[in-house]
Amino acid sequence: MDVAGTNTRMANYLREHQDKVIGRWSELVVTGVRGRTSLDEVRRDLADLYSLVIRVLSEADDHAAGELRAALDELSRARARDGFTPSETALGVFSLKDAVYELVADAAEMVPEYLTFSRMIDDLGLRTFEAYSAAREQIISDQSTAMMELSTPVVRLWDGVIAVPLVGMLDSARTQLVMEKLLDTLVATGADHAVIDITGVSTVDTEVAQHLLKTVSAARLLGAECTISGIRPQVAQTIVSLGIEFGDIATKATLADALALALHQAGLKVVPR
Amino acid sequence: MDELPIRSGDDVVRVRQQVRGAAAENGLSLVDQTKLVTAASELARNTLVHGGGGSARVEVVKSPNGRTGIKLHFTDEGPGIADIGLALTDGWSSGTGLGLGLSGARRLVDEFELNSKPGTGTSVTIVKWSR
Amino acid sequence: MEQVPILKIGQTLFVSIQIDLLDDSVIRLQEDLADELAATGAHGVIIDITAVEIVDSFIGRMLSTIGSISRLFDAETVIVGMRPAVAITLTELGLSLSGVRTALNAEKGLEILNGKS
Repeated sequence: MDVAGTNTRMANYLREHQDKVIGRWSELVVTGVRGRTSLDEVRRDLADLYSLVIRVLSEADDHAAGELRAALDELSRARARDGFTPSETALGVFSLKDAVYELVADAAEMVPEYLTFSRMIDDLGLRTFEAYSAAREQIISDQSTAMMELSTPVVRLWDGVIAVPLVGMLDSARTQLVMEKLLDTLVATGADHAVIDITGVSTVDTEVAQHLLKTVSAARLLGAECTISGIRPQVAQTIVSLGIEFGDIATKATLADALALALHQAGLKVVPR
Repeated sequence: MDELPIRSGDDVVRVRQQVRGAAAENGLSLVDQTKLVTAASELARNTLVHGGGGSARVEVVKSPNGRTGIKLHFTDEGPGIADIGLALTDGWSSGTGLGLGLSGARRLVDEFELNSKPGTGTSVTIVKWSR
Repeated sequence: MEQVPILKIGQTLFVSIQIDLLDDSVIRLQEDLADELAATGAHGVIIDITAVEIVDSFIGRMLSTIGSISRLFDAETVIVGMRPAVAITLTELGLSLSGVRTALNAEKGLEILNGKS
């Protein structure tokens, strides 16, 4: 089969029946989106894609294929952001086949052209699915970063003593955030003691211990001494059984104990009035 | 895409400045900028000291899901690295050595690729993405 | 080559690194400090890196080396003003800066040298 010739014939056919096909395609897509976008907006988007499809089929230039892929990726990302499902976007692409089929149904000589064209549109529809997936992952990752920001407070316990209560899981991304906030607060407050409280940390394993050690190292480079507090009994047993060494970092059971230690190291004493 | 020669200590400083500029202009956070420039400094220094001089290329790249990143490419035509595995292990405390800059630089970036053969030189490519 | 000035105030030598140092300047600084320590018998060295944006393994080694040299002259070295981004990067690099103390600023650095901490 002469693929190039077939595609060129399809390109010409599409060009010839442009208005009718785009019109029908827009109708099908608008029904699919159930009123979330206006017919005019849809028509505009589709007209752009349509001319790109013609360019790719007629092999007019080298850039057309890349541009079509980019346009579809952008469409998928926008649809993902606006809450459409990936099927809705893909079906929108597939309905171009339906629009064209309605016209060629009675033209037997266009069968080979239609088959090749149909396969091309199938690929494009699948592509929107993948682009949608990637876009959703990015959105979820952005949201989880925003959540992490909110759940990492650094509080001032006393002159020169700050505390970081950690809650939830401590992975490398969270650790980066904790380090940045902790160090910025050390500089801003001039504190020389930081208490990292891990009462709320769900799992303390070797990896989490590494993250804690890194955080302490970084704080020490800014001249701050650190205490890790909130070591629960089971956590203590896990740490020992895993062979984790906290070396010369002071550890305490509660935040209160850690505060007492910090005050003592600062040369302060708490006395009744 | 910029191509920078690495033939002297001045060039290493210039590479740092170029990388810093590219990272800042393309949305990398301050910490990420610092990590990337530090990695670039290690690799540029390696190119100069162990590779007998070479060049660096700075490129702005885009990921499939729309993130921007900085890609750096260091090449030299020096003696090459005989034992890549050894070169990439942490060797901080062992004093001077080829591996020090490499393993450290790798930890600072998101993507790291090293190609080297004794006699044909070394090339290292790293990428750091904006978040 | 830039020569980094060394100030002597009391028993302490002060060095402030303001620019991106070239390798020659780094080595020159080490030599100058050794000379000054020998000549003055100073008890401490404060190196202010507030203005330093990048500390790679070369600079890191210099700082540790200066710490070792100082100790031979019975002096203590304190690195002050490290930027958060630099501290995070050094930690990731695995550079421990052994042999030197650290402090947030020159004032706290002096407190350490004078035995208050």
